[in-house]
Amino acid sequence: MSILIDKHTRVMTQGITGKTGQFHTRACREYANGAECFVAGVHPKKAGQDFEGIPIFASVRDAREATGANVSVIYVPPAGAAAAIWEAAEAELDLVICITEGIPVRDMIEVRDKMHRHNSKTVLLGPNCPGVITPDEIKIGIMPGHIHRKGSVGVVSRSGTLTYEAVAQLTELGLGQSTAVGIGGDPVNGLKHIDVLKMFNDDPATEAVVMIGEIGGTDEETAALWAKDNMSKPVVGFIAGVTAPPGKRMGHAGAIISGGKGTAEEKLAVMEECGISVTRDPSQMGKLLQTVLK
Amino acid sequence: MKIHEYQAKELLRGYGVTTPRGIACFSVEDATKAAEELGGPVWVVKAQIHAGGRGKGGGVKVAKSLEEVRDWSSKILGMQLKTHQTGPEGQKVRRLLIEEGADIGKELYVGIVVDRATQRVTVMASSEGGMDIEEVAAKAPERIHKVSIDPAAGLTDAEASDLARKIGIPESSLNQGAAMLQALYRAFVETDASLAEINPLIVTGDGNVIALDAKMNFDESALFRHPEIIELRDFDEEDPLEIEASKHDLSYISLDGNIGCLVNGAGLAMATMDTIKLFGGEPANFLDVGGGATKEKVTEAFKLMLRNPNLKAILVNIFGGIMRCDIIAAGVVEAAKQVQLGVPLVVRMKGTNEDIGRQILSESGLPIISADNMADAAQRVVAATKGKN
Repeated sequence: MSILIDKHTRVMTQGITGKTGQFHTRACREYANGAECFVAGVHPKKAGQDFEGIPIFASVRDAREATGANVSVIYVPPAGAAAAIWEAAEAELDLVICITEGIPVRDMIEVRDKMHRHNSKTVLLGPNCPGVITPDEIKIGIMPGHIHRKGSVGVVSRSGTLTYEAVAQLTELGLGQSTAVGIGGDPVNGLKHIDVLKMFNDDPATEAVVMIGEIGGTDEETAALWAKDNMSKPVVGFIAGVTAPPGKRMGHAGAIISGGKGTAEEKLAVMEECGISVTRDPSQMGKLLQTVLK
Repeated sequence: MKIHEYQAKELLRGYGVTTPRGIACFSVEDATKAAEELGGPVWVVKAQIHAGGRGKGGGVKVAKSLEEVRDWSSKILGMQLKTHQTGPEGQKVRRLLIEEGADIGKELYVGIVVDRATQRVTVMASSEGGMDIEEVAAKAPERIHKVSIDPAAGLTDAEASDLARKIGIPESSLNQGAAMLQALYRAFVETDASLAEINPLIVTGDGNVIALDAKMNFDESALFRHPEIIELRDFDEEDPLEIEASKHDLSYISLDGNIGCLVNGAGLAMATMDTIKLFGGEPANFLDVGGGATKEKVTEAFKLMLRNPNLKAILVNIFGGIMRCDIIAAGVVEAAKQVQLGVPLVVRMKGTNEDIGRQILSESGLPIISADNMADAAQRVVAATKGKN
């Protein structure tokens, strides 16, 4: 078992004809069961063509109907990415993973609102995220597949390379991963830490979780408070940005709305209070997880 | 992206927000002329820099004659204005806003931001204008009223009137106040702002509602559809190293320490800075070369870091995913040769082809200190700044 995706997942790529979409679709296809899993591409003007044997359809709905794909991954450029998310939601896919970086915040607010108003069941991961991988089964996104190894540690993180760092440490210690999820660093996005923790808690194949956060917002605190009362598995954590200067990214009024929250120290303190073991040394993430497994 | 107060006011006027009449000036001569054109008896001379807290720093002065306008303008223009947001060295004042004086009855506050928790725009308003709003939030949070906006409906008439009433806009001015809040919200959304703040919003003695100050920041990801806002960018207000970095598509922020960091990925870059600090060092910068770091980008990154006179050592931390470590290693060697590196360089590489990468570094003949993991790298670079290898 795993969360979100496994070898039975069937995936379409939105933005399959762009350079990024092609590069990563190729890499995903080469990973584990990728050749069976990646079944369709979408481009409004290139229906009937194919990308290295993967058929291209005019719309997400067409691709779904023809291939049964229930998940999409989006590499569409920022200006059209929110519309691509909405198209996937309208076609009632189960999961849409948006890799695109630099989508205007207003576009994300509007598409999230539209999804809520239409009671969309489609789960959004990202945007601005590396994607999700269930080792030895399927990888959807831009992470390097070979550093992963199948196992029982769940990984959830807001950043890309820092996730790879954690995964590599685990793998080196012989600790495989059930699923590794990059939720992305944008302020308005889909799955949050809490949502992924809930899934790992319900997943029989996951025994422990590494949760990696960053400064800004209160998502990590929210997840930690939930975990305190509900999580039946050990969680370890790291928060990046202890040294980040205040006010560099967060505006004046932004600091108010979160009630002055969002610093790394504060997040670490809340996580510790909630029973999450934390480290301030990112090279120790794997070893810390090892200590809670016994 | 930030803009000046006078630019924000001009933009907001286009949406129907009332502001005092004012003229932006670049010289004392122009400032006096502007005051004459506006007519008297009272003017306000306002320093235009991007940082807040200008009044406390001495950058905002009331003048009661044209002579006083001239005096204050010559004192403020060219000064190094220090506020809690500028850092100890302050920011040079190059522009002024000369405004007509206003008859302040009440001082209120309005701010608009994106709230990540609700994933919506939040309008905040308070009866406690004119002071540091963070202080109000800490001491009297009940005096800050928030409305989470339904994006499909916008700030409705009822919400706007209710908010205006709650912050103490008198009944006779309620319609004007509510319209002002709605105009501000519309400006925020339509310009893809990330922050809009009016502090203070005033009610004048005769009941007019006026934006006495204005601050707007914009979502950089949306600038592609706002050429009119890109034109307002003032490079004098930005760190020259950060401007140079953005030209090469590098994400760079200057810090106060002496250890340069070159990392791929924002999260890993922050974590690298944290590790340096953990082992007793201070990072000189945040620098994310991004996922697709090329030899050219790495070279530019080295050049940027070396322009910092405080630099004592450099730490390169790369996680090779799609980007292979051997490519990065070749880039580091090439860059180190080109820029004639005068400080110790510690490199830690992990991921795809790390062995080949390490070999390239060790065979380069350059005095590169190789490290196994982030903690090891941080300890070595901190030791290097203290002259111990």
